[in-house]
Amino acid sequence: MSEQEIEITDQSNSSNSDKPAMTKEEYWRKNITCVLSLLAVWFFVSYGCAILFVEQMNKIQIGGAGLGFWMAQQGSIYVFVALIFVYVRLMNKLESEYAGRNMNGNEIQNQGEE
Amino acid sequence: MDVKTWTYLIVGFTFALYIGIAIWSRAKSTKEFYVAGGNISPISNGMATAADWMSAASFLSMAGIIAFSGYGGSVFLMGWTGGYVLLAFLVAPYLRKYGKFTVPEFIGERFYSKTARLVAVLCLIIVSVTYVIGQMKGVGVAFSRFLETEYETGLFIGMGIVFFYAVLGGMKGITYTQIAQYVVLIFAFTVPAIFISLELTGNPIPQLGFIGDVSDGAPLLQKLDTVITDLGFGQYTNSVMGSKLNMFAFTLSLMIGTAGLPHVIIRFFTVKKVSDARLSAGWALVFIAILYTTAPAVAAMARLNFTKTIQVGDVGKVEGNIEYANRPEWFKNWEKTGLLKHEDKNGDGRIQYYNDSNKEFADIASSYGWKGNEMVKIDNDIMVLANPEIANLPGWVIALVVAGGLAAALSTAAGLLLAISSSVSHDLLKGILMPEISEKKELRAGRISMIGAIAVAGIFGIYPPDFAAGTVAMAFGLAASSIFPVLIMGIFMKKMNREGAIAGMIAGIGVTLFYVFQHKGIMFIASTSYMGGMEENWFFGIEPKAFGAVGAIVNFIVAFIVSKMTSDPPKEVQELVDDIRLPKLDEA
Repeated sequence: MSEQEIEITDQSNSSNSDKPAMTKEEYWRKNITCVLSLLAVWFFVSYGCAILFVEQMNKIQIGGAGLGFWMAQQGSIYVFVALIFVYVRLMNKLESEYAGRNMNGNEIQNQGEE
Repeated sequence: MDVKTWTYLIVGFTFALYIGIAIWSRAKSTKEFYVAGGNISPISNGMATAADWMSAASFLSMAGIIAFSGYGGSVFLMGWTGGYVLLAFLVAPYLRKYGKFTVPEFIGERFYSKTARLVAVLCLIIVSVTYVIGQMKGVGVAFSRFLETEYETGLFIGMGIVFFYAVLGGMKGITYTQIAQYVVLIFAFTVPAIFISLELTGNPIPQLGFIGDVSDGAPLLQKLDTVITDLGFGQYTNSVMGSKLNMFAFTLSLMIGTAGLPHVIIRFFTVKKVSDARLSAGWALVFIAILYTTAPAVAAMARLNFTKTIQVGDVGKVEGNIEYANRPEWFKNWEKTGLLKHEDKNGDGRIQYYNDSNKEFADIASSYGWKGNEMVKIDNDIMVLANPEIANLPGWVIALVVAGGLAAALSTAAGLLLAISSSVSHDLLKGILMPEISEKKELRAGRISMIGAIAVAGIFGIYPPDFAAGTVAMAFGLAASSIFPVLIMGIFMKKMNREGAIAGMIAGIGVTLFYVFQHKGIMFIASTSYMGGMEENWFFGIEPKAFGAVGAIVNFIVAFIVSKMTSDPPKEVQELVDDIRLPKLDEA
C-alpha cells in the first residue's frame, strides 16, 4: 500500500520536470478548484444534512435519534476535521508539483518573498 | 481531603506551572513577543490554538446551553468548529505567507491605507476587549465560588497570573502556557464525562454512550425525548432554535466570526511555514473536536440525570416528584450559590419541574395540583459544574473541573490581551504614530500596552459595563461583518481597492451594530432599545446574535459596488496579492 503510493508520487515527480513551468494562473485555478470542492462538502454536511434537510435525514435512525440530529451534534465535526487534513494533503501535492515544474531551469514565475 | 483543600492544591499546582513556564520562556525580541519566534511546531500550535479558542464559555456554558436547547444548540457546535475549515482554507495560509505580525498590518498594507489599518485596529480592540471582560469575570466567579474568596480578590489573582506570563513572555510565554492549559482543561472536561457515560450507558466513551442504550435497554436519546416530552418540554432531538433560517444564519455568523477573530488568526503566525499553518489548523480542530464532540454527550446525559433527579417516578403521581427535604447533597450545594432555585408554588413540599409555558401541558399539570414550574432558576453552567457531584465522583475531580475552567478562561484572556497589545504597539505606535521607533523600544511599548490592556480588562471585570452582557453578539457580529470579509476580499479579489474595503467595513459594522442595538439597546442599555427584543420585529426572524452573516453580505456588496466605481489598486499591491497566493519554491 505505502510502496505503491511512493511509486505514484515518484512518477508524478519525474514527469513534473518534463512539463513546462506551471503559471501562477494555473496554480491559482487549481487551488480554487480544490478549495471550492472541499467547501461544497463542508456546506453539505453542516447546512445541508444538519439544517436544511434535517427532517429527511432524520428518517434514518442512529442510536435512537435521527441521522440529521447526529450530523448536527457529531458527524459534521468529524467531517470538518477530515476535510482539513484532506486539504493539507492536496495542497502539499499541488505545491510540490508547482515547485517541481518551476525549479529545474524552467522559467520561474513570481518566486515569492523578497 | 475535602473539596476545598483539593481545589487549593490543584489550582495552586497549575498556577505554579504557568509561572514556571513564564520564567523559562521570556521574550527577548519583538519577533518572540509577537509570534513566539515563528518556530512553533504545527501540533504544539494546534494545541495552543485550541486553548486560545476555547474560553470559559466553551468549557462551562456550552454543554448547559445545549442541554436546555437540544437540537437547536447545535448551531454552537457546528459554528465554532466549522469556522476552522474556513480559517484553514481561506485565511491562515495566506496571512502566514504574508509573514508579518498583526492582522491590521495586513489590512493596512493590502489596502495601501493607514485609515484601513486604523479601522481594523478599532474593530480588533472592540472585539477583543468585550471578549476579555467575559474571561476576567469567569476567573473572578470561579474563585469566589470554589475558594470562597471575594470576587475582586479572585479577579486580581487571575490578572496577576496573566500579567506574569503574558508581559514577560509575550506570545512565546503564552504559547507554552496555553499548551499546558489545554492539557488541564481537556482532562478536566473528559474525566467526568467518561464516568457519567459509564454510569448511564455502560460505555466509557461519551461519544458512543451518546448513541448507546441506557440500563433499561432504550437508546439514551429516545429515553431523554420521552422523559422530557412527558413533562411538556419540546423533543430534545428536533427542537429548532427560532427557525431554520435563523439556525442557518446563526451557524454562518459563528463560522465566519471564528475565521475573523484576530487572536485566533495571529496564532498561525507562530509556525515556520505556510504548509505548517494549514496542518496546524487541522491539529487545532482535532484538539477542539475532542471537547466539542464530548459536550453534546455531556449535555444529553446531564439533562436526563437532572430531570430524573426531580421526576423520580411517574408523571402525575404524588410520589413521582422528589420531596424537597430529600433532595440530593449537590442540589443543596448549588442552591447556596444561587445557580439553582426552587420555589414551592403549590406548597406540597415536593419539586415539580415542567414546562408551564406549554399551555396544553400546563392544563394537564394543574389537574395534578401543580401550580407552575417550581425550578425557577437553573443556570446553564450548572450542567458542567455539578456533573462530577451528580455522578458521585471524588473531590479531586470537582477540583479538576475548577482548574479546567480557570485554564480555559486564562488561556483565552492571554491570547486576546496579546492581540490587543500587539495592535497598540505594532499598528498604532510603530505603524502610524512613530515609524522610527527602535525594536527595543517597541518591545517595551508592547509590554506596557499589555499591562494597560490587563488593567482595562480588570477594571471592566470589577465594574462590568452594560455592553459586557452582549459579548457574544458583539464580538462575533463584528468579526463576522468586518474583519472576515475584508480579509477574504484582500486575498481572493485582486482588484478590490482601498475605497471598497473601507466602505465595506464601515457598512458591515454599521448594519450589524444598528440591528443589535435596535433590539438590545444602544451599547446594550436595554432601556434605549426602541424595537425591543421582540421576535416579531426580527428581520426574517433572524435573532440579533445571528446577524453577523447579514452584516458580512452587506459588507461584500458595498465593497464590490464602491470598488467598481473607483480606480484599481496600484500595481505593487496587486503584486503583493500574487505573492501571498503562491508557494515559496524552497519551502514546497
